[in-house]
Amino acid sequence: MKDHYSDRKYIIGAMIVLPVLFFIVRLFILQVIDPSYKLSASSNVLRNVTQYAARGLIYDRNGELLVYNQPVYDLMVVPGQLAEFDTVELCQILEIDREYLDQEISKARAYSMFRSSVFLKQISSRTYAVLQEKLYKFPGFYVQLRTLRSYPNDIAAHILGYVGEVDGRIIDEKQGYAMGDYIGITGIEATYEEELKGEKGKNVFLVDVHNRIMGSYQEGRYNIPAVVGNDITLSIDAVIQKYGEKLMQNKIGSIVAVEPSTGEILALVSAPAYNPELLVGRVRTLNFRQLAADTLKPLFNRALMAHYPAGSAFKVVNGLIAMQEGIVNEHTRHTCPGHYTVGRLTVRCRYHTTPVAMPEAIQVSCNTYFCHIFRDLLDHPKYGSVTNGYNVWADHVRSFGLGERLEADFPNELRGFVPPSTYYDRFYGENRWRSLQLVSMAIGQGELSVTPIQMANMTAAIANRGYYYTPHIVRNIENSDNDRAFREENFTSIDSVWFEPVIDGMHRAVNGPDGGTARIAQVQGLDICGKTGTAENPHGDDHSVFIAFAPKDNPQIAISVYVENAGFGSAMAAPIASLIIEKYLTGEVTRKWLEDRILSADFINREVASTSRQENLSDEQED
Amino acid sequence: MSRKINIWANLDWMTVLVYLVMLFIGWISIYSAVYDEEHQSIFDTTQRYGKQLIWIIAAIVIAAAVLLTDNKLFLFFSYFFYAITILLLIAVLFFGTEVNASKSWFQFGGIQIQPAEFAKLATALALAQFLSTTKLKIHDSRALLTMGSIIFLPVLLILLQPDVGSSLVFFAFILVLYREGLTGWVLFFFILFGFLSVLALLLNEVNMVALLVISALSAYMIIGRNMKTAAKAVLIFALICLAVMGIFQLAAPGTMLVVKLITASVAGSLVLMGLAFRNKRNKASLLLGLLIAALLYTYSVDYVFDNVLMPHQRSRINIVLGFDDDPLGQSYNINQSKIAIGSGGLTGKGFLQGTQTKFNFVPEQSTDFIFCTIGEEFGFAGSTMLIGLFVFLLLRLIYLAERQRSQFARIYGYSIISILFTHFVINIGMTIGIVPVIGIPLPFISYGGSSMWAFTVMLFILLRFDAVRMEFLR
Ligand SMILES: [Zn+2]
Repeated sequence: MKDHYSDRKYIIGAMIVLPVLFFIVRLFILQVIDPSYKLSASSNVLRNVTQYAARGLIYDRNGELLVYNQPVYDLMVVPGQLAEFDTVELCQILEIDREYLDQEISKARAYSMFRSSVFLKQISSRTYAVLQEKLYKFPGFYVQLRTLRSYPNDIAAHILGYVGEVDGRIIDEKQGYAMGDYIGITGIEATYEEELKGEKGKNVFLVDVHNRIMGSYQEGRYNIPAVVGNDITLSIDAVIQKYGEKLMQNKIGSIVAVEPSTGEILALVSAPAYNPELLVGRVRTLNFRQLAADTLKPLFNRALMAHYPAGSAFKVVNGLIAMQEGIVNEHTRHTCPGHYTVGRLTVRCRYHTTPVAMPEAIQVSCNTYFCHIFRDLLDHPKYGSVTNGYNVWADHVRSFGLGERLEADFPNELRGFVPPSTYYDRFYGENRWRSLQLVSMAIGQGELSVTPIQMANMTAAIANRGYYYTPHIVRNIENSDNDRAFREENFTSIDSVWFEPVIDGMHRAVNGPDGGTARIAQVQGLDICGKTGTAENPHGDDHSVFIAFAPKDNPQIAISVYVENAGFGSAMAAPIASLIIEKYLTGEVTRKWLEDRILSADFINREVASTSRQENLSDEQED
Repeated sequence: MSRKINIWANLDWMTVLVYLVMLFIGWISIYSAVYDEEHQSIFDTTQRYGKQLIWIIAAIVIAAAVLLTDNKLFLFFSYFFYAITILLLIAVLFFGTEVNASKSWFQFGGIQIQPAEFAKLATALALAQFLSTTKLKIHDSRALLTMGSIIFLPVLLILLQPDVGSSLVFFAFILVLYREGLTGWVLFFFILFGFLSVLALLLNEVNMVALLVISALSAYMIIGRNMKTAAKAVLIFALICLAVMGIFQLAAPGTMLVVKLITASVAGSLVLMGLAFRNKRNKASLLLGLLIAALLYTYSVDYVFDNVLMPHQRSRINIVLGFDDDPLGQSYNINQSKIAIGSGGLTGKGFLQGTQTKFNFVPEQSTDFIFCTIGEEFGFAGSTMLIGLFVFLLLRLIYLAERQRSQFARIYGYSIISILFTHFVINIGMTIGIVPVIGIPLPFISYGGSSMWAFTVMLFILLRFDAVRMEFLR
């Protein structure tokens, strides 16, 4: 084989080498001689700045602002973009020590060289102003705008809940959360997290060597605008809420006020409360630890989570059930000798006119009467057995929303306890228990336990003469129809006709000419209907209980008040409820002397408490 | 021939070593380019670098398989392979997966196959088969037609996908034809005018002139094979140009650069032409004529592009030139790529320390722009070394091709050289901003299994022929 063109291999070789030489010259110019590319590279620093969405604002029913956002500044650091800087100056500006600086930078390095870490959280706006001017001296640092919750009224901490940073567990479990994000942890902030949180955005900036932002990277192609969270309007009346919290100062307990015609919660007080500002920002962890360690449990939302006996206030429900089941009617009378005694068991009553029918029995809160009708119900032959009779009774009780969660829009609501018949089967043996053993439930003591919100709801059901709307706290959410099935009536198993004698009794208890247990709650012209109670407390002094609604016709507010260790219902709970009703319906309080007495009452500081209790005892009649 | 030759003993291990080093450089460069702190392990197969390692292992298995295959198979079935590849190129137009508005890929589970990559191999084999036919006259019109068809049939099909980058590579086969006797003029004009058309739209005038001078030098070498005369002519030309530019600079600094350049080159050409006449060197005057023609052609391309073409035609050309996936105006990608490489300096920022390639400034940083990572992190030293490695490989392959006793093997060898060379020149040229953005990978370095395997098969078929070259009689 002849190859005439063998020499062409040299030309081909040269053709390969030539452009390569050109490349090398070009690279030499590009990389070694020309400084402009190095300069371009240093101004080619990308900065991803998260645009945190401001959470939605929260208003009360009258449009008063309850929660808003305040800007704060986090100082961020990207370790890979750090250059030499004056550490002393930075420490001075930020009022930190060198140790903190070194520690945070090495922490950030360990996390990522190229992603930003928080260097110092929540810089004050004064420090920020100083820092902003000198930031050009500190490449790799930048300021990130954040918002923190702020509370103009310092009220409703339990309702609003608080916001905290997400932890590793939440990031793993929930979509869309990253380190440093906030999330609602309790209250409305938690229940309506989805609506409130908005959507984070991102801005990508080009930054030059002097730490100046040169503009958006690729003309904002990678920017994502943040979407502000939706505002929420609560059904809370800030004035009433605030007043309720004030009245409950130095007391332990709860107030829940509901609008019966809608189920909207007007006030929800748990005492002792705390200032919501305590759980915001850098101080949160420390304050939280202190609040959690407090033996009075200020973080505990008693309105939803405290289990109390219903107390005598429960007699109204027993009365309704007995009439519904045909055990008595409004005219059926029982004689009261001042006590109810069967064998060795005695339930004491107190002196009142006798015999009594339903309205008077409620008015004077006659134990004897209710023991009779309760046992008559359980033992009635038409049920075949006490167990069956008890089940009929328990079903009626549950129809008032007791014993189950109301599924209102709060997290952590508790169920209360309406014992099922199996509970007694286990306790006494099947079919081996009698109505007598359960008789304490006739007067709202015993195994039955309720939460304050359940009591308020029960009162609303009575005020409505037989139905209630699930109590709820959110009235309106921006950009949402908020249809959470709270507009549906829940009917009790009691026919509306049976409510009049009971309500008549509640009206008499407050407004009656004589023998009313709650006359301290009377306000001229407001037609308050109420029922006192005393919840037996095996651990100490009894709890003062009061339920009420007003006006009698076309009720606008239903309320339950629990004051722990305050004794009789008429002592503390009834005046508090009455003051709130007055304030809500008339906008003012006429009985300053009563208000002063409540405000000065102290059941936390024991010494003051004992004097005020004596005063109370002498003041009104007992249950 | 029944003598059994030990392939492993006769294998050109030097080339194999260079090949393996390149794969390794590619792998760690990809690791650096897409480095993600959440996936720090270089073996993490959810990431590109982990996948590249899988492709590399597969490539080595494929290489071994090629070496163990009887090389006569490639010879006898070369047309058959070619036919199958053409069918695949047709099939991909109908059944291919559409990515970025072009149908270039077959998707098989997690693996993507690009028939165009294998079309290069098949064309190389078919061309070698045809050209090694005894008594073939290369300038015979029927032979030219057949060769043209072998080369341009796949080009046509690949353009239909459309994948301009891959189709351009096939023009490299002209180099093979040149080696086998095709007149140098074809190659010369092809290179000159092909590049001028593109470069006229891309480069500023200074680069243009530099390139023209180099082309003139090459042309002179091809025609005259007299380096001394060529160098003298170019030197005279350059001096005159400089002088004219200098006069302009002093006398009328505001003059448009184009006017300056045309005046300078025309003046230079006239002087050279006069010199040529005095020395009775008509070849020199031919060269000058060529130079002027090239200049005029260059400016006419610009003129036609700017003034004659309709906007939609212009945008089509922009697509061809790769300008269209360029959101920030025509020079964004190139600029970012140049900044990344330029910021590397003499010795680079160090492995994994690059900032430009880390922060997503550079597009396609693990595939077409992988050279940026090397340039940024290993600097001038590193990029020169990589380029040197490529030159070494290509020259080594010329040496291997030339020592083949069979014409088939030699032609095939030159095909491989041409393809690797084209990829290399276009890819590096693109990243340093002297070739338009044409998306083709850097052989053995860029991320992707399909191209790596195709190049591996190409290279190892040559090595297989080389290992048994003694079997062929003189
Ligand atoms: Zn009595």
